[in-house]
Amino acid sequence: MSESPMPTKVGPDPTVHSGPTLGGGAALPRAGRGLERLFRWFSTGAGVLVLVVIVAIAAFLITQAIPALRANQANFFTSTKWLPNDVAHPRFGIAALAYGTVLSAAIALVIAVPVALGIALFLSHYAPRRIATGLGFVIDLLAAVPSVIFGLWGRDYLSGPVTDLSGWLHRYLGFIPLFGSGGPYGNSILLGSIVLAIMVLPITTALCRDVFVQTPKANEEAALALGATRWEMIRTAVLPYGRPGIVAAVMLGLGRALGETIALAMTLGATFGVSIDLIQVGGNSIAANIANGFGEANATGRGALIASGLLLFAITLIVNVAARAIIFRRREFVGGQS
Amino acid sequence: MTTLSQNGSLLAGSLRRRRLPKALPPLLGVAALGVSAAGILGTGAGGWVLTVVVAAVLFVLATLIVSGAVEGGRRARDRVATIAVYGAFILALIPLGSVVATLLAKGTGRIDAEFFYHSMNNITALDSGGGAYHAIIGTLQQVGIAAVLAIPLGLAAAVYIVEYGRGRLTTVIRFFVDVMTGIPSIVAGLFVLAFWVLIVTPVFNHGRPGYSGFAAALALTVLMLPTIVRSAEEMLRLVPQALREGSYALGVPKWKTIMRVVLPTAAPGIVTGVMLSIARAAGETAPVLLVAGGTPAINFNPFSGNQESLSYFVYEQAGAASQFAPGRAWTAALTLIAIVAILTIAAKLLARRSTIGR
Repeated sequence: MSESPMPTKVGPDPTVHSGPTLGGGAALPRAGRGLERLFRWFSTGAGVLVLVVIVAIAAFLITQAIPALRANQANFFTSTKWLPNDVAHPRFGIAALAYGTVLSAAIALVIAVPVALGIALFLSHYAPRRIATGLGFVIDLLAAVPSVIFGLWGRDYLSGPVTDLSGWLHRYLGFIPLFGSGGPYGNSILLGSIVLAIMVLPITTALCRDVFVQTPKANEEAALALGATRWEMIRTAVLPYGRPGIVAAVMLGLGRALGETIALAMTLGATFGVSIDLIQVGGNSIAANIANGFGEANATGRGALIASGLLLFAITLIVNVAARAIIFRRREFVGGQS
Repeated sequence: MTTLSQNGSLLAGSLRRRRLPKALPPLLGVAALGVSAAGILGTGAGGWVLTVVVAAVLFVLATLIVSGAVEGGRRARDRVATIAVYGAFILALIPLGSVVATLLAKGTGRIDAEFFYHSMNNITALDSGGGAYHAIIGTLQQVGIAAVLAIPLGLAAAVYIVEYGRGRLTTVIRFFVDVMTGIPSIVAGLFVLAFWVLIVTPVFNHGRPGYSGFAAALALTVLMLPTIVRSAEEMLRLVPQALREGSYALGVPKWKTIMRVVLPTAAPGIVTGVMLSIARAAGETAPVLLVAGGTPAINFNPFSGNQESLSYFVYEQAGAASQFAPGRAWTAALTLIAIVAILTIAAKLLARRSTIGR
């Protein structure tokens, strides 16, 4: 994940130079021209394949979801039940799962975004230049840890401290409905969200850092020359300049959090219910439910899981398209400037 | 004129303003920790976590008060911001350190010959032995096949975007490559399930869905492709235009220029991106869970029959009802992270050697 999705060097499109006049296809012998054409077709095909795959994902998921949705005896969008394996009366709805997905992702972002902004500022403006790259690598290492290992760690190790924290939160902040439960604690939305926060940290940090580094030196120096402290310089020059990038980074983090599967399958309580309580054992998400429920699913159950996956795909696609659109527009803008 | 003199006096004022001695902020930090430790550990009100949290709050408050009194509110806020920024970085190191420490503490227990040379076949919940041989085979085969599929396709797509692409189609493809990096792995798994396992393979398999390692490799390909395209694209853009023009001037056709000049020049950077994507694919669990099925036995044939993978083995053992399962899960996790770490660090070292690096 160290490959920043946003190139640090942006300039005029280099493809402009390699126009059809270069590369001298016209002067080639016949065999060479055939090879040239083959090469061009193969690379074009590979590029188009990306679009084909995205369309195919939607098409095949819809195809497989339709029979199950037809057989469904409950409302797919409003029901909180998930009983698609009932042969006589299959009934399932996405409401509880979608709620758990959005809630855990939201809590994860509330935890992760301030920390990610802090780390990004640390790497771009606070850490000594010479070691900033090395320290950035340490954060990238977090991205390299497979999600199943975060899940195992969350379940076997972190659930202990989180149980203690849950009891503490309930004792002192129990009047807030979020911490209203008297137990049992452990595999809760809180645990899942903390693990999730750690997992979305690297990508959000990397994007924010790339944006902060691009702040025009002139703006920063102007702020400092007017007597601003370092923090005032960041507030008046770096953060306003980076705002669209920060929004995009947060949305990409949101996309990650919504789609995360195994870590949540291992740390959430896998119950079906809608509750505002964060610390009680429970919670579920669309992706975690697919991982947990796939093993015992029959044909209709599989279709139901695919239908929920289709909804997840649609949500993450919208979030990602919006985030990338912000970055893309900005890239053109910055590219025009430099 | 008045504004100028005002600015002048302001500047003079800030130059004369007193600053805290350099040694004072660290001393405040140590003092905060000491007070907090005495108050919390000393009285037994909480553990070391609460101690550190209270110490941090005390440190911030003390800095605000002392610096505010001596240097004024602006400097005080600046100091607090510095503490917060450093604190955020240190906070992020805690989970990393904890994961590594837990892995080393719990994962070394089952590093023995049986773990690496035996499968889980005929191992019941009461048996202490068993190993991950079948899972390691599965991971290597699935990731290998995915790499064989994804690397040529990814490079070709990057070549198209940088060398051939013009106009709207290229913009759209570039955009959706970025979007594709955000596709959840479980959706890639469901896609291969819906397309390959449930629709294509039944044709050759007497109507039964064909779970296989190859299906998992297909899902991993979907996940690797955008990462490879993206990193290769960036690297190809860094190749100097003069190299291409020199080659064209010698009469070399465009495809040969790309193969012999452009790709070799960008090779170290491309290899870095490829290895990072392989490392990520090796750790994916969800696709394997959906389309490879998992099995306790050794299966050398990725094209037929259920196959295990290391990451899925970790997931399975973590949920298994046996007192010996957690040990196996942690050792498998340690093995997995060793593979991923070797790939990642090698990729970073190669990136450093790149001649056209950023």
